[in-house]
Amino acid sequence: MDFDFMPLIVAVVKVSVVVGALFGGVSIMTWVERRGSAIMQLRRGPNRVGPFGLFQPIADGLKFFFKEDILPPFVHKPTFIMAPAIALVCAMLAFAVIPFGGSLNFEFFDEAIPLVIADVDGGVLLLMAAAGMGVYGIMLAGWSSNNKFSQLGGLRAASQVISYELALGLGVISVLVLAGSMRLVEIVQMQEQFLHWNIFRAPLGFLVLMVAGFAETNRLPFDLPEAESELVGGYHTEYSSMKFSMFFMAEYIAMITSSALLVTLYLGGYSIPPRVVELFGLQGNLLAFAQMGVFVAKLACFLWFFVWIRWSLPRFRFDQLMQIGWKSLIPLGFLQVIASALFVILKPEWF
Amino acid sequence: MGQTAYSLLVLLAVAVATPVGILAASHFLGPSRRKRVTDLTPYECGSKPFTNARGRFSIKFYLVAMLFIIFDIEAVFLFPWAVELKNQATSGAGLFVFFEMMVFIGILIVAFAYVWGRGALDWDR
Repeated sequence: MDFDFMPLIVAVVKVSVVVGALFGGVSIMTWVERRGSAIMQLRRGPNRVGPFGLFQPIADGLKFFFKEDILPPFVHKPTFIMAPAIALVCAMLAFAVIPFGGSLNFEFFDEAIPLVIADVDGGVLLLMAAAGMGVYGIMLAGWSSNNKFSQLGGLRAASQVISYELALGLGVISVLVLAGSMRLVEIVQMQEQFLHWNIFRAPLGFLVLMVAGFAETNRLPFDLPEAESELVGGYHTEYSSMKFSMFFMAEYIAMITSSALLVTLYLGGYSIPPRVVELFGLQGNLLAFAQMGVFVAKLACFLWFFVWIRWSLPRFRFDQLMQIGWKSLIPLGFLQVIASALFVILKPEWF
Repeated sequence: MGQTAYSLLVLLAVAVATPVGILAASHFLGPSRRKRVTDLTPYECGSKPFTNARGRFSIKFYLVAMLFIIFDIEAVFLFPWAVELKNQATSGAGLFVFFEMMVFIGILIVAFAYVWGRGALDWDR
């Protein structure tokens, strides 16, 4: 029997491109973060390695590989080694359902190639599950390190992430109500017209999901789990070399994924308004590449927003963090879900 | 198997292989492990650690975890309802389905208000 290798090859190429783009994005983001912070603080930032210091992330990565990988004797070894791996695997899996373009057609392959790794029915659920599992990595890291700073960091991370998971869920649900589907490709197609973007239809949901996204990725102003002024390094105090670097990469990939989720759910994703498509006469593969460009541009804007916020706002206190999560975001999220549901029922012809 | 299944499997394989590869590479590339006195104790800003890290911590963390389970299960019930609501609205049963869910959410909001009123959400109490 003949085994058809074509779909497998297509899958391998697609996954390689996406994973390559993710890690490329991570290294560019570290550079952007450092240069951006330098601009905001009137410094120069890394500018020695390569043009504008662009090769700095590569140099850093190489350096990490050649550093001693300390395995302290007091840690719980299996979980200590597993924890960064769990964090990284979950972060990488979460990106699977994000659509980054329409579909490509080639002569050598008779199916259309959708520009998303997995266009599954329960897309959003898969993303939330994979992203939610990531907290195990942080928690295990904190516990297995057998260090008070790590322990506190891990506990904080766990309670922070689960508190904001609720708000995240409500922010997602207010879009699902409008879309009537959990497939991200359908949600994007619904927002083809500029005025149909969900940010105009569910503005509160956007706010809730954005704040929850910041909290879920442990980014400032919500980076309590690794608050360096109180907890040294937080959950990764005892980590060194590439194990530390894996937490770092997981955090940046999570940041890219949550920006991508926001762009997809609320800002039209990869879609280009039909009138613009007509204006430029885009069709076929050209259209797909244009959509990819639009998606990456939106994503880049949002990632810059993450950096901008980080270097503009001070960190919250822990009680403030819990207050924002439980007392502001959850009621706002409920309000938006109920409002979206009412819209769908009273004006079904709008959607 | 279609593209989707293949892609997911390939991604899973790549996602597992990446950290394993990174760990192996850093194990072989990095300098060999030396025993130093500073490596033997948990980092505590230079002073000698005075208690075990497996001590007691604030009960608030347990409370948050329990509240999370209650309200997250509620969110799980909201997902299928959210997806189905639009279909029901076009077939005319929208209001019924909507009010059914409002009863459910209403009960939860009462519980939420109770928890809030008892001060379970105030971290500094």
